[in-house]
Amino acid sequence: MAAATKSEYDCAVVGGGLLGASIAWGLAKLGQRVVIVDEGDTAIRASRGNFALIWVQSKGLGMPEYAAWTVKSSNAWAGFAGQLRDQTGLDVCFERPGGFHLALSEAELEARASQMNRLHNQPTVVDTGTVMLERTEIAKMLPHIGPDVVGGSYCPIDGHVNSLRLFRALHTGLAQLGATYLPNHAVTDIRHENGVYQLVTANREIHAAKVILAAGNANMHLAPLVGLYAPMLPERGQIIVTERVQPFLKYPVVTVRQTDEGTVMIGDSREERTTPDGMTTPINAVMANRAVRMFPILGSLNVVRSWAAIRVMTQDGFPIYNQSTSHPGAFVTCCHSGVTLAANHALTIAPMIAAGALDEHALAAFSAGRFTRRPDVSQVA
Amino acid sequence: MFRRLPDKTAAGVVNFTIDGVRHVGRRGDTVAAVLLLSGARATRVSAVTAEPRAPYCMIGVCFECLVTVDGVGNRQGCLIAVANGMRIETQKTRREVGA
Repeated sequence: MAAATKSEYDCAVVGGGLLGASIAWGLAKLGQRVVIVDEGDTAIRASRGNFALIWVQSKGLGMPEYAAWTVKSSNAWAGFAGQLRDQTGLDVCFERPGGFHLALSEAELEARASQMNRLHNQPTVVDTGTVMLERTEIAKMLPHIGPDVVGGSYCPIDGHVNSLRLFRALHTGLAQLGATYLPNHAVTDIRHENGVYQLVTANREIHAAKVILAAGNANMHLAPLVGLYAPMLPERGQIIVTERVQPFLKYPVVTVRQTDEGTVMIGDSREERTTPDGMTTPINAVMANRAVRMFPILGSLNVVRSWAAIRVMTQDGFPIYNQSTSHPGAFVTCCHSGVTLAANHALTIAPMIAAGALDEHALAAFSAGRFTRRPDVSQVA
Repeated sequence: MFRRLPDKTAAGVVNFTIDGVRHVGRRGDTVAAVLLLSGARATRVSAVTAEPRAPYCMIGVCFECLVTVDGVGNRQGCLIAVANGMRIETQKTRREVGA
């Protein structure tokens, strides 16, 4: 019987995107024997389509704890990037110059100011330092803004990163720490016998003492296998990428940012779609038009790529972190902001999982119990 | 460094300039190919680091062969066929937005 209860791994992380890789890296750093069980290259791979912002200013309206959680990660990011660099030699190009949300009309500016007010007027909300700025003040920091920019909001702890390098650094770091990465191992079932989780895939079964679900929108189907709940509502977003040019944009704007490699990324769309297939020209045209109104000089740039991707989104947009009561050692993690929250996932969530339990007090707001307590969400088993 | 291989089919001749100097190529040559054939080494500098770069993949993927063609900057030389009267310019300074 001893052989049957012995696990190959301490932790099996289901999902190898930014969320799964961040948690797995944090676990491996603590000496846990980790396996990452991932789908293949034909999977939707939502975290590959991200915009790479580390974004604070708009987070937490309706859930002040989410604002505090985001600030915590923003503050931990420099140390996290440093740890990745020290271990792997890879620079993820983390920068935190502060970031802007620009308004292109008085109505947009009023809506933004009202949203920021409602966010900051919540009792117990953390101060993010976000301020509303007039056009003239913005022009001092962003000299290329066009005449349509009437004002905006600025948050000094917003930033961005090279998310492709982040992904590479995490997986390089995982390999160096001896973690096992298994692509093409879509999990079809999870069983729990004699204190061991058995992850069923088409190739083989994987055995681990703990299982951490970080499979993005697929968590919706996997969570019930271990007595957890993950109501997801995927969204589709589109991104336009320009040719590389000499750095000119010092601060990221929520919909326009210049990467460390010189390209300008434009992303300003949101649709309720569940497949990434097919760009839509009208949406691209609106995105490009708004970007050019913000920064008219963008109009002379060549577009080199555009793509559509799926956003991982819970039904209320806030993260879910839960451990199972019926299945000890099973955890579910869902979030939209896999880049922003990467530092928390690696440095806060992973140590809790390694120690065996989430801090129920610190993470109470992020329990999926909030959905079943709400009258407009149907009860689930 | 590069030389043209003997070609069985005789293509027509095309006249163009590289950095103002007259060159002759064959119909169907790409801008990147005639740049390499002309003996050019660096054909642009990186927009971020100002590092010298030159054509590499020749199939439209790597974006290393960016040059100015008929006054339009950052065009992929490997995807454009030379034409009579074409003005090809190497990019000696970093590509600027609005330039």
